[in-house]
Amino acid sequence: MLGRFVLRRLIVTVPLLLGITLVTFTVSHLIPADPLMAILPERAANDPEIVRMYRERWGLDRSLPEQYLYYLRNLLRGDLGESYTSRRPVAQDLRERFPATVELALAAMLFAVTVGLVLGVVSAVWYERWIDHLARVIALVGVSLPVFWLGLLALQLFYANLRLLPGPGRIDPRLTAPPFRTGFYTIDSLLAGDFALFLNVLAHLVLPGMVLGSYAMGIIARMTRSALLDVLQADYIRTARAKGLAERRVVLGHALRNALIPTVTVIGLTFGSLLAGAVLTETIFAWPGIGRYAVDAAMKLDLPAVMGVTLLIAVVYVVINFVTDVLYGVLDPRIRVQ
Amino acid sequence: MTATVRTADRLALQRGWSERPVWQTVRALLRRPSALVGLAVLVFWIGVALTVSFIVPFDPLVTDVTARLQPPSASHWFGTDDLGRDIFRRTLYGARISLPAGFLTVAGALAIGSVIGAIAGYAGGWVDTILMRLADMVLAFPSIVLAMAIAAALGPGLKNALIAIVVVLWPEYARLMRAQVLAVKTQEFVTAAESLGASRLRLFLVHILPNTQAPIVVKATLDVGAAIVLTAGLSFIGLGAVPPEPEWGAMIREGQRRFSQWWMATFPGLAIFSVVMALNFLGDGLRDALDPRRRRR
Repeated sequence: MLGRFVLRRLIVTVPLLLGITLVTFTVSHLIPADPLMAILPERAANDPEIVRMYRERWGLDRSLPEQYLYYLRNLLRGDLGESYTSRRPVAQDLRERFPATVELALAAMLFAVTVGLVLGVVSAVWYERWIDHLARVIALVGVSLPVFWLGLLALQLFYANLRLLPGPGRIDPRLTAPPFRTGFYTIDSLLAGDFALFLNVLAHLVLPGMVLGSYAMGIIARMTRSALLDVLQADYIRTARAKGLAERRVVLGHALRNALIPTVTVIGLTFGSLLAGAVLTETIFAWPGIGRYAVDAAMKLDLPAVMGVTLLIAVVYVVINFVTDVLYGVLDPRIRVQ
Repeated sequence: MTATVRTADRLALQRGWSERPVWQTVRALLRRPSALVGLAVLVFWIGVALTVSFIVPFDPLVTDVTARLQPPSASHWFGTDDLGRDIFRRTLYGARISLPAGFLTVAGALAIGSVIGAIAGYAGGWVDTILMRLADMVLAFPSIVLAMAIAAALGPGLKNALIAIVVVLWPEYARLMRAQVLAVKTQEFVTAAESLGASRLRLFLVHILPNTQAPIVVKATLDVGAAIVLTAGLSFIGLGAVPPEPEWGAMIREGQRRFSQWWMATFPGLAIFSVVMALNFLGDGLRDALDPRRRRR
């Protein structure tokens, strides 16, 4: 049963991945100027022989459908093209920077889920009391704050004025990065046995993690509240109360477990949006991940790099949606039948 | 036959104005303090956008090198930037760019998305499949990422940023509209009108379309805020409004470069935050007011 459900979801996901490549391909061809003028130095661009060689190499002399097939073939080989600015394969650039983004997104997720769930539960349990109103305002503020502005404010307050937390970057500038194993500084510093560095890495994750997670925190809190409120009205909750269970067990043992099902979907979806939010957050915190790479590239109209990041984030987004769907099916067997 | 349909329509309209759903919604909305606050803040900003050039006659682009980087004071409430321009006035003038940007992009996305969604839902079959797969492709991307890619491909500038945002936002309206049309078109009153001989166009315009509005209005209200943040975000990374335009995101970008002059980024950001918060209050209030089950809560 579950196997068939997974297969059905997979059948939807694969064409969607192809669709994504079609969108990125189309957007890459929106550019009004000839991309070769951006790739080649001026002297080379004036040499017809070099221009012809480049056109052949990138398949630019073919028709558009053929170019798309070229593009797909290169993607399947893991070739995302060459960045105009770093003059290196985009895939290589992304491989080096992606762990930094994932590490930041995970820190943000941890903050969002913990605070969001607590706020949501508190809100629903003390429905229409002052604590509910306060929790709802906090959630709404989280949803309304532009992440790039919040980042600047947080740096002003906690780094520049109060000096409570470290500033931009993944570690203090005076420290050396741990040797590359996983790309996650938290894990790499522990593997290197450098605990002081590990603590420094953690401290650097706090501020950008909270800033990036603020939006997801608001969404999770709102979702948990409304799901829990619905569940608390259900008959089996009344039964649980009637048989004399403590309120704590009713809420945490009976209600929350069922209320969490829609919340899991939201958590899955927001993780994808965290990767996207990293585009702006990383710019503020000088975080060397794919978000900042994309912004730098976009500023220089380095299209292969921008498209590489766009494609990577979209693919991860779709894969996370797929995993969330499957998880949803595992948690709630009714979904599988539909 | 058509006359019978018209009579049915007229009967529906002859109810007292205070019993009409619109007024019930407005009354339910006005009973919510948070929605009222949201409405007040939004009206304030719309008022500023409409009247600022009469009330505060000032050129937001004129520089004054003698008043560079001054902190907030009695003469410059929000301080000045590195070219000596008054941040308070620039923030007010920013409403003339950021608010229309939010409303226009949502209106554009709503128009395109609704038409496509309505066609898909009403026509069904392969038309539906093609249009919805197209929407799915765009929806597969997180909005800021695809908007950034499109804006980068089209080249920096406010107009291109707005186009990029419309391209990113329309599929959600298409899906919502399609779902609404599918839900409404099978209801009994539509079948009744159909059996009375109403034409397909009439069925759609008079009976289906007016009953699909509620969720779309709520979504549009919430999305204006999101569109303002997206526009500001694109300007912040240098792909939207370009200096010296007093767009809020572009002003925050200038403020980021002058980190120790905290006022340069703080106030334009506060403006964005207040508008988005107001729209969220209003959107939440509207959702509750339009939902009869929640109206009494």
